[in-house]
Amino acid sequence: MKRYLPFLIVATVALIAVGSAAMLYRTKRAQLLPVSENRSVPGKSGTESVHIRGNPDAPVTLEEFADFQCPPCGSFAGFAEELLKQYDSRLRIIFRNFPLPGHEHAREAALAAEAAGLQGHFWEMHDVLYREQAVWSKTPNPRELFESYAGTIGLNLDQFKKDMDGEKASERVDSDHALGNSLGITLTPFLFINNHPVDPKDKNPEGVRAAIDAALAGKSQA
Amino acid sequence: MTVSRFRTIFYTVAAIVALAGLADATYLAVQALTGETLSCGGSPDCFRVLGSSYARVAGIPVALLGALAYLSVFAFATFAAFGYARARTLLIFIVGAMFLATLWFLYVQAFVLHAYCRYCLFSAAITFLLAGLVIAVPSSQKQ
Repeated sequence: MKRYLPFLIVATVALIAVGSAAMLYRTKRAQLLPVSENRSVPGKSGTESVHIRGNPDAPVTLEEFADFQCPPCGSFAGFAEELLKQYDSRLRIIFRNFPLPGHEHAREAALAAEAAGLQGHFWEMHDVLYREQAVWSKTPNPRELFESYAGTIGLNLDQFKKDMDGEKASERVDSDHALGNSLGITLTPFLFINNHPVDPKDKNPEGVRAAIDAALAGKSQA
Repeated sequence: MTVSRFRTIFYTVAAIVALAGLADATYLAVQALTGETLSCGGSPDCFRVLGSSYARVAGIPVALLGALAYLSVFAFATFAAFGYARARTLLIFIVGAMFLATLWFLYVQAFVLHAYCRYCLFSAAITFLLAGLVIAVPSSQKQ
């Protein structure tokens, strides 16, 4: 029996490793593929709620559904900056609010961004929220911090406070969220390039760049 | 305690340590295969490292190769603990190769990417520990 014991131990460990990996893969895959490959983002209604960064007439659109309290979204925001610099006028980025229910302050942060957007400073607030994410995420009442950020970026503070509690900001967040839900999104950041969902296996700098390059090549051929 | 007994203990410890590396590398391999590199604990550094071109070799995630390497280390260490002489030689070769690969990946993180991925650092620590164990194993001549 002792002769076969090492074989048995190694085979058991190998099986456990492969089995665990397969289970983890299936679980993650199920979370990451909520949208079918061929599904695209439907036409937008009410362009005022669309936040665009980069050339508005760019041939390639990267649309991101994100949650301000989600750390990977914060990481992606930095990468998005790099992409805009790299692709310049050939790329535009659209931001969509998708606050996840598990993130306590995500909706309030989205409201803060939209309230800033009502004064024409959405992207400034977007950047501050991601930059300070680690701070406000841990605060029991981040509202005061959001107001201080609003002051820092030069917003009318009274108007900002009103807007944060107002219907407009709330409607914008709800509208984006409803769109995300209709697309089956459950995880952030979720990316679309020219209305096609980015395959989760390509959700890395190389993959995203390759998808943008392919979209650009497709546009130049068309 | 005899040298032979010491060696069995060393190889058993090496096998257990390899299991920790196997778990780490398997997790990273699944992350890479599902495309979840963006969500590596929310750290932008992990994102830079695991999303870089250095994280794949001919399209194969390095973590997957790492998982195979750790499984091999576990297998060779187990067989060595049971007294298989050839397994000891193979263990030295594979741990040596992993040690060199680890040095390369640490160089890439420090001087090319300027970012450290904590999962990769954990794996590096495991490999260094394995290398230390393999070096520290009493040689058969002392028996």
